[in-house]
Amino acid sequence: MIGRSLISVSVQTEDFDLAAQIEPLAKLGGGAVSNFIGYVRGEGGLIALELEHYPMMTEKALTRLAEEAADRWSLLGVSLVHRVGRLDIGAQIVLVATASRHRRDALDACAFLIDRLKTDAPFWKKEIFSDVEDKWVEQREADLAAKDLWD
Amino acid sequence: MTLQILYFAWVREMTGMGEEKVDVPEDIDTVSDLISHLTTLSNGHAEAFANPARIRVAADQNFVELGAEIKGISEIAFFPPVTGG
Repeated sequence: MIGRSLISVSVQTEDFDLAAQIEPLAKLGGGAVSNFIGYVRGEGGLIALELEHYPMMTEKALTRLAEEAADRWSLLGVSLVHRVGRLDIGAQIVLVATASRHRRDALDACAFLIDRLKTDAPFWKKEIFSDVEDKWVEQREADLAAKDLWD
Repeated sequence: MTLQILYFAWVREMTGMGEEKVDVPEDIDTVSDLISHLTTLSNGHAEAFANPARIRVAADQNFVELGAEIKGISEIAFFPPVTGG
């Protein structure tokens, strides 16, 4: 359905508002909007994450993922928002939202997009702790396996 | 040939820079060859590229393998496996 899907991609330091992001998707006339939000998880003395990205490439990679989802499922729209910079515990990091006529396309495309976003978009997380040295997050085997399930 | 080289995350920290222009010798054909050349630039570069298996690469903003040819490419970025989402 490429060409007929509304695709919106944003990489930003500012927080995002779920309702405001969902509204344009809800107005597309389908019966289903699905969404996923990732938050900074507070555990092990973590106080914040520092998100770095490759500015020239990020939006291109996210748009490509959204187009792939729109090619694979019958989607009316896709919205991807990813924050960068310093994010404290509990902060919203990423939003994936999808709109379709029927729920299955929106739900499956949403799961696909967050799985693939973790392995196919140029973002890097650094963990900031209160008492020990900062640490770059390592890629998780589970994330690679989750991505492969969609191939 | 002059290439714009970018570094991200711990590759950036180890090389001590986010980007640099590098004059690439004629006999360098692939990303792997380029990495070998970059390791000669400083101790930090040598440290960053000590284990190329830990490095991921984009050529003109597209992910590529270490064996990819660099002919016709103007920007190459080196970074760890991505961890967004």
